[in-house]
Amino acid sequence: MKNPIAGGAGGAAGVEVALPHPRTSKVQARTLLENERLLAALLLAPAVLLLGTFIAYPFVMGVWLSLSSTTVGTAGTFVGLKNFGKVWNDSIFREAFWNTGFYTFWATVFKLTLGMWLAVLLNRHFRGKRLVRASMLLPFIVPTVLSTFAWRWMFDPTFSVLNWSLYKLGFITTKLPFLSDGAWGLWCAIVVNTWRGMPFFAITLLAGLQTINPDLHEAASLDGANGWKRFWHVTWPLLKPVTLVVVVFSVIQTFSDFQLIYVLTGGGPANSTHLIATYAYQIGVATGLLGEGAAISLTMLPVLFIVVWLQLRYLRRLENA
Amino acid sequence: MERRDFLKSAGIAGILAAGRAPAFAQGSRLHVLRWVDFIPACDVELKRQAPEASKALGAEVQFEFINANDLQPRITAAIQSRSGPDIIMMLHNWPHLYQSGLVDVTDLGEWQGKDQGAYYAQSEAAARDGKRWLALPHGIVGLQMAYRKSWFDEVGATSWPKTLEELRQVGMKLKKKGKPVGQTLGHTFGDAPAWSYPLMWNYGAAEVDKSGKKVVLDTKEAVESLKFMQAFWKDACDEGGLAWDDTNNNRAFLAGDISCTLNGASIYIAAKRGQDKIKDDRGEPMVRDIQHGPIPAGPAGSWGYHVAFSHAVMKYSKNEKLAKDFLKWLHGKEQFGKWFEVAEGFSVGSTKHWEKHPLWDRIDPPMKGYRTAAGASRMIGYAGPPSARATEVYSKYIIVDMYAKAVQGMKAEDAVKWAADQLKKIYG
Repeated sequence: MKNPIAGGAGGAAGVEVALPHPRTSKVQARTLLENERLLAALLLAPAVLLLGTFIAYPFVMGVWLSLSSTTVGTAGTFVGLKNFGKVWNDSIFREAFWNTGFYTFWATVFKLTLGMWLAVLLNRHFRGKRLVRASMLLPFIVPTVLSTFAWRWMFDPTFSVLNWSLYKLGFITTKLPFLSDGAWGLWCAIVVNTWRGMPFFAITLLAGLQTINPDLHEAASLDGANGWKRFWHVTWPLLKPVTLVVVVFSVIQTFSDFQLIYVLTGGGPANSTHLIATYAYQIGVATGLLGEGAAISLTMLPVLFIVVWLQLRYLRRLENA
Repeated sequence: MERRDFLKSAGIAGILAAGRAPAFAQGSRLHVLRWVDFIPACDVELKRQAPEASKALGAEVQFEFINANDLQPRITAAIQSRSGPDIIMMLHNWPHLYQSGLVDVTDLGEWQGKDQGAYYAQSEAAARDGKRWLALPHGIVGLQMAYRKSWFDEVGATSWPKTLEELRQVGMKLKKKGKPVGQTLGHTFGDAPAWSYPLMWNYGAAEVDKSGKKVVLDTKEAVESLKFMQAFWKDACDEGGLAWDDTNNNRAFLAGDISCTLNGASIYIAAKRGQDKIKDDRGEPMVRDIQHGPIPAGPAGSWGYHVAFSHAVMKYSKNEKLAKDFLKWLHGKEQFGKWFEVAEGFSVGSTKHWEKHPLWDRIDPPMKGYRTAAGASRMIGYAGPPSARATEVYSKYIIVDMYAKAVQGMKAEDAVKWAADQLKKIYG
């Protein structure tokens, strides 16, 4: 029997109402999903939405702020590159810029050297290896602010446990100015950053080491290559791509580091440990000069872009070689 | 027209006429943001008062306490996002910096002035822009130099040094005995500026002239003050102070590591409340050995910087009336009086009325100096009028860093020039 409402091709004209058949909509949906472009757009939409909300919007907002005279509570007007000019003529910014480069360079060098050493060590078999691997991750797991507080107490100029130990052991007669001297303060920050970032290097390089076929080392040994030669001629060339990727990530993170310096020194004494990020925060958020703060922040962009571009270019050359 | 429809129409007309939502449409919770007080009992007292306020106002009052160094970032974030606490505590002359985000509280400012007498100059300078009150003055934390009486006696200083040079001489003897003066010159909100600004004033130097437009820092007086500081630092101070915040000197003093420091009365009050634990080198309660003195005079006189505190109602708040009602309740003689007593002189009132409070008659002798200390204060940005630019100088630590650079080895003339250049960029 025919359904007088649902309709059909053979219904009597003027009596039956044509409503969509449930099966028809399913077919249409399936046909739409078979359209690769549409499906791709649908699948990408959430990611695009997230990227747009959390990356593109803040970035565009940051660029706009840097080109405006916005201060806390006032909208500001377009001022072109005035903020960038002001920033470049600011001696504190220049000091922070230099500090950031110095801090990034040395922290990365130490993290790479020590991380590589640890990775090679952990690639060997020894008792308790699992425990050592797990404990090595500790600095990486503990929140930066908490661990930096602990370091701050250790470096405290008056109550420093380091000074006390060194004094009791007879190595020093006067307190070392860990955080009360600008140069010492920056090196202390490099030490803490190295301590914190080294596990990331070690674990990633260890993963890279484990992809190297042991036969290669065996063959090199048979040819008479010692440990150093095996590392330099076998391990290092194969580990270069992984190393470069880790270094790229580390440079980005270290160059834009904020938490560590903010907790450890607050940029002092006398701005001698300010990094670009901490100075941008002080000007933009603490002082309320949002336009200037954004301009300071954005100065990191071209530097990081060049560094990353050079490293990725080198990586591509390595892969093509 | 039915009764229900009439009430609806009348209500909307009323709202339109008033230009704002009726009181019942406002939130039923009031969020108040303050610093974590150096006298924990003060925060306890506020928490105790909160339910009373809730009952009196018919709305829940909630206090939130954060580190004072984090207040400025929080204020900026709140104003920009137009959400957050209804009332925020302001230090120094911050209300000038954030004025576009603050509700005009002239009615409250005038009420408090009439109710509790004339304001101290810095309370008014901190919270009033000449025409209107940007925030309601709450109290002043007086800053004096806490020192160990017996240690000063040991080196022949039986009375508090009258001049900065005398203080250096005494400090030099104390440092030789391993008991230096402790002073922060770090990036921190209270003790570092409260030491640096008066040092500049007491030598006759200032940021700007009276107009507040011309930078006048680059003078021989400023250079002299830096030269004094260089010598004082080397001869008398714990040089670790460059890395200190506002809590380090409290810890160092109570641990017996330093002999003297510029501070609020929190050291004394902590030592008094912890008499059974905080002892001196003879095993006696340390509190009995603590005395206070003002920053000694320089060639141009003796000025201090006593930090003014105020409460601001935020413009984005949906509870403006409730917030104002609460401030009137909290700042009233009765409620403030209870909080003032708990503070034991650490926080004094914003008006001279509180100098007459019976607390001062029964307070310990070393605390008596705080009674009138606030009267000898200048405001940051002196000799100019209070302004957002002065706050910018403060927030960037320019004056503090000028001294920090000098004690780290920069020539006094160069450090003054550096600071003057920075000020010129700010004051235009």
